[in-house]
Amino acid sequence: MDARIGASGLAGAGLAAQARGSLVLRAVGLTKRYGRVVALGGLDLEVRAGEVHAFLGPNGSGKTTTIRILLGLLKADAGEVTLLGGDPWRDAVELHRRVAYVPGDVTLWPGLTGGEIIDLLGRMRGGLDVKRRKALTERFDLDTSKKARAYSRGNRQKVALIAALASGAELLLLDEPTAGLDPVMEAIFRECVNEERHDGRTILLSSHVLAEAEALADFVTIIRDGRAVETGALAEMRHLARISVEAELAAPVALGEVVGVYELTVTGTLVRCRVDRAALDEVLGRMHQAGIRSLTCRPPTLEELFLRHYSRPDRPRQEPADD
Amino acid sequence: MTSFTGTGQLAKLAFRRDIAMLPACVFGIAALLAITARDLKALYPTAAVRFAVAASAGANPALRLLLGRLNGSSVGAFVAARWGVWGSAFAALLTILVVVRHTRADEEAGRLELVGSAAVGRQAPLTAALLATVTANAAIALLTCLWLVPSLPPAGSAALALSIAACGLVFAGVAAVGAQLAATARGARGIAFAVFGAAFVLRAVGDSGPAGLSWLSWASPLGWVELTRAFGSAGERWWVLALPLVASAALVAAAFVLASWRDHSAGLLPGRPGRPAASGLLRGPFGLAWRLQRGVLAAWLAGYVFAFAASGAAAKGAGTILGASAVLRRYLLRVGYQATVVHAYLSALMLLAGLAAAVYATSAVLGLRAEETGNLAEPVLATATGRIRWGLSHISSAVAGACLLLTVAGLSAGLGYGIVTGSVSAQVPQLLGAALARLPAVLVLAAVAVLLSGLLPWESTALTWSVVALAGVVAVFGPPLLWPGWMMDISPFTQTPKLPGAAVSAQPLLWLCGIALALSVAGLTGLRRRDIGDLGPSRLTGPARDWLADYIQQSKELSESSAAASTAQPPGTTSQDKP
Repeated sequence: MDARIGASGLAGAGLAAQARGSLVLRAVGLTKRYGRVVALGGLDLEVRAGEVHAFLGPNGSGKTTTIRILLGLLKADAGEVTLLGGDPWRDAVELHRRVAYVPGDVTLWPGLTGGEIIDLLGRMRGGLDVKRRKALTERFDLDTSKKARAYSRGNRQKVALIAALASGAELLLLDEPTAGLDPVMEAIFRECVNEERHDGRTILLSSHVLAEAEALADFVTIIRDGRAVETGALAEMRHLARISVEAELAAPVALGEVVGVYELTVTGTLVRCRVDRAALDEVLGRMHQAGIRSLTCRPPTLEELFLRHYSRPDRPRQEPADD
Repeated sequence: MTSFTGTGQLAKLAFRRDIAMLPACVFGIAALLAITARDLKALYPTAAVRFAVAASAGANPALRLLLGRLNGSSVGAFVAARWGVWGSAFAALLTILVVVRHTRADEEAGRLELVGSAAVGRQAPLTAALLATVTANAAIALLTCLWLVPSLPPAGSAALALSIAACGLVFAGVAAVGAQLAATARGARGIAFAVFGAAFVLRAVGDSGPAGLSWLSWASPLGWVELTRAFGSAGERWWVLALPLVASAALVAAAFVLASWRDHSAGLLPGRPGRPAASGLLRGPFGLAWRLQRGVLAAWLAGYVFAFAASGAAAKGAGTILGASAVLRRYLLRVGYQATVVHAYLSALMLLAGLAAAVYATSAVLGLRAEETGNLAEPVLATATGRIRWGLSHISSAVAGACLLLTVAGLSAGLGYGIVTGSVSAQVPQLLGAALARLPAVLVLAAVAVLLSGLLPWESTALTWSVVALAGVVAVFGPPLLWPGWMMDISPFTQTPKLPGAAVSAQPLLWLCGIALALSVAGLTGLRRRDIGDLGPSRLTGPARDWLADYIQQSKELSESSAAASTAQPPGTTSQDKP
């Protein structure tokens, strides 16, 4: 009964949320404890309409707990949270018509086929675009007549992704959506996210792979021990991403005095270091002069970023985060 | 013999994995026979009583359908008739589960791939599984024989024990073949269970049908057990034991040949694809709950139809067989709260129908919690499905299933008893009413499951089953032991009318329904308020655990600070606090 009353009230708020750049999701001081374990210790998060927002953090940092609170599955102990103009706990049913979700660890009913699960989840959300379902099934190359019991991890992930992407929801909550996908499918997933962005949908994407966030996201929030430690436009955060360079050279080379080179180790002709983007040209130039036998460049993992930027002594997880 | 390399290692692994389950089952099956032998001796002490019982039981086709043939009037013959077929059935089911578990199930899960890449022959996993089951069945035979010999003739004991184990071996072969045919463990078990079911039906028809069909028992491995005639008045027929051994050897040989034909992880039967799109039935949480329950419910219904039709039909002879033993007669009259043995028997039967339906309903309601801990509640509740609707979807399928089961119990018992006594039109409504009278008690137990799932989710499964077990124990053991009224009131079945043949009053039934409703409302309210998922410490044990953790932390800090003081640091500072 009250869900219906909520519907008319939320419809107005929903229209307001459509405008690009307005707040779709806002959490302030979100706190969640499990007994003595603090999962979230005052998390702040803002996502605006039309953006792809990456929600980054290592395993156990509180990403999934946050998403579960946003879905009204868990109730926050403290803090405020607004989703599409409503309260995710109180207005869960009405809000979920406009939200699609892909869980981090996709489990499916073993006796149902992939196609049945896609249809069921779509119908329970309040309808599903049959054309999109067909197109997505073909693109992700999923055999929908197989029982879920027989699916590999990647195929289970595809089922959840197709169900979410075919829903036409305004907001997509994706919890580590590419886990288990092969590189080809990952590329298709990125295409799909870009199309969704083009259509004006908002996406919150949790991940622990920085490369994925770099490829997709406009905005990034980094979370550690249940608190947002860094948030902003990805372009502004590029400085965080030092590239790791590993090379075997024909002759020794001096890199010590180059500005923007960190953690340099030289073992004979084997060179390892981390390089700011600005200094990359200079470093590779010098290496080229010395003669390159082999070269590996890779962006730092999120874990490495943490170790560098937040190398405070680890707090035990049981203690409440300082607030 | 390179294809058998590694069999010993794998067999060891199989025994290691089944170290608790296998001995417990072996022990249980042997104990059933030994305990029955002891009890029957006490219940029917004299030859004259046994002769009268044998005459009546032998003439009762329903009993032959349910249990098998009776080959004499000695205590041994009674034991063989009671547990020959059913002991073999348990041994067969155990064997099927063990064989599939160590062959197709491991292969499907990918574990055998890991094993197969080591120095392990193609036939080694199957051989190891068969070794495990041969050992288990040999243990059943040995233990049964050892326990029966002190009180019963040794020849009959050996014949009965060997025929049970031999029947187990036949189904080891059946399961081995099934594991080569199907690509999934479920499929392999399905094939083996289907063969088992067919064997049971063949035997049942052969034993109880017209004389012209009695050869059907010869076509069933379960029939061979009774045809060995252990403890028979005409002596044992030892040569019949060769039949299961030959059949088992042939099936195992076939399984090895089939295994050498197929690829790893492939089955010889093509896999059956499902629907590529959901049907109109699968639209929401109610369709989903029904879909998840329907397979289990179908199996329960089939069991109910068979068990209650046969038990109902057996009621006519119950007066003679059960009445012959003063102890049994007294027990039955008390459990059934009746004046006549037949009514007491039927009333006790309907009580059993109620208890079993409560087990079904409880497990169906607890499906709610199982879905939650299996992360399958999350995708549903992340759609526009409210928690109450989700909860009601599972509760309604549980209640509908319990109603259906009780209806089927009443109908089949009524038909069975009615056809035998020639009074179908009177017995069907009478027993249908008797079965449905137990429904309110079933609802109360299901509602306890709802309440605990909502308010104490962490403990709900263990606590709910404890409540159901308590209700069952009180209902079954309370009356004969003359337990006091307040103790009997623990079980909701005490309040339901003891039909057929007792007075009915609506008041306790309404009370029970009211209690069920109140418990459900409280449970659903809890479900709406709490967190969903398998997260966080339990509300019962959580605080105790926290207190313990605090205590350990404090004592740790205390010892740390004293250690710090000894190294001349200010107490309370650890090196970590420094920047």
